[in-house]
Amino acid sequence: MPPARVKRVRGGRFALRITGAERDVLRSLPAQLRQVLTGREAAADPDLRRLFPPAYPDDPQKAAEYDGMVRDDLMAERLAAIEVMERTIDSDRLSEDELLAWLSVINNLRLVLGTRLDVQEDLSELDVHPDDPRAESLALYAYLSILEEDAVAALS
Amino acid sequence: MPSTAPVETAPVETQPVETDEPIDERVVEPEVPWVVIVWNDPINLMSYVVFVFQKLFGYSRDKATKLMLDVHQKGKAAVSHGTREKCEFDVSRLHAHGLWATMQKDR
Repeated sequence: MPPARVKRVRGGRFALRITGAERDVLRSLPAQLRQVLTGREAAADPDLRRLFPPAYPDDPQKAAEYDGMVRDDLMAERLAAIEVMERTIDSDRLSEDELLAWLSVINNLRLVLGTRLDVQEDLSELDVHPDDPRAESLALYAYLSILEEDAVAALS
Repeated sequence: MPSTAPVETAPVETQPVETDEPIDERVVEPEVPWVVIVWNDPINLMSYVVFVFQKLFGYSRDKATKLMLDVHQKGKAAVSHGTREKCEFDVSRLHAHGLWATMQKDR
């Protein structure tokens, strides 16, 4: 197994072992997620349905009440996590709260990308040609999955 | 990061109202407990789901893993239960963490 990209170190902090090239990929992602969440198209974006699921699948009225009650809070939490990741994008060490913010951004991006790409459980079954227009997004999805796995292992 | 404050909910309507509409079921059945269901999805990592169950509900690694495996293998699992307000709070925390959660009456 390759060395983990996230490792718990002394003082309740977490060391990031990511290359400069990886960091450059990660650098633009928080702003991209913010754009997806708050852009003009956001309200109608089907890729966002995974971020705001209905609590009552068989009761549209209760589901709407729930959505009205929590949507702003869920949005505010996600935007706050985006700000933390932007602020700490060049850090070699993260606090637990900062790592949790990174985890939030990474998982939200995976949910948006995964919904958009209609991914199934086993990515290895996907036969993607390099010319496939989805190739770049799938590579990013796979990388974020590895990074998330390492972050969760370090936090657990 | 996720706040620990419960989500505020509207007070239950208790004033008698003259109407032909069915009486609000919350008034008729105040004791009916609710259950929170987490559904399988192809995106969330198994390790992440275990982590979220431990973090949100304080479950042991074993219990969180068993619930995650139920979600993964059976398609869903009941992860918490209680009043409607408590379950809405739990669902909102699960949604904040990207899990596919719903709630329904437990019977």
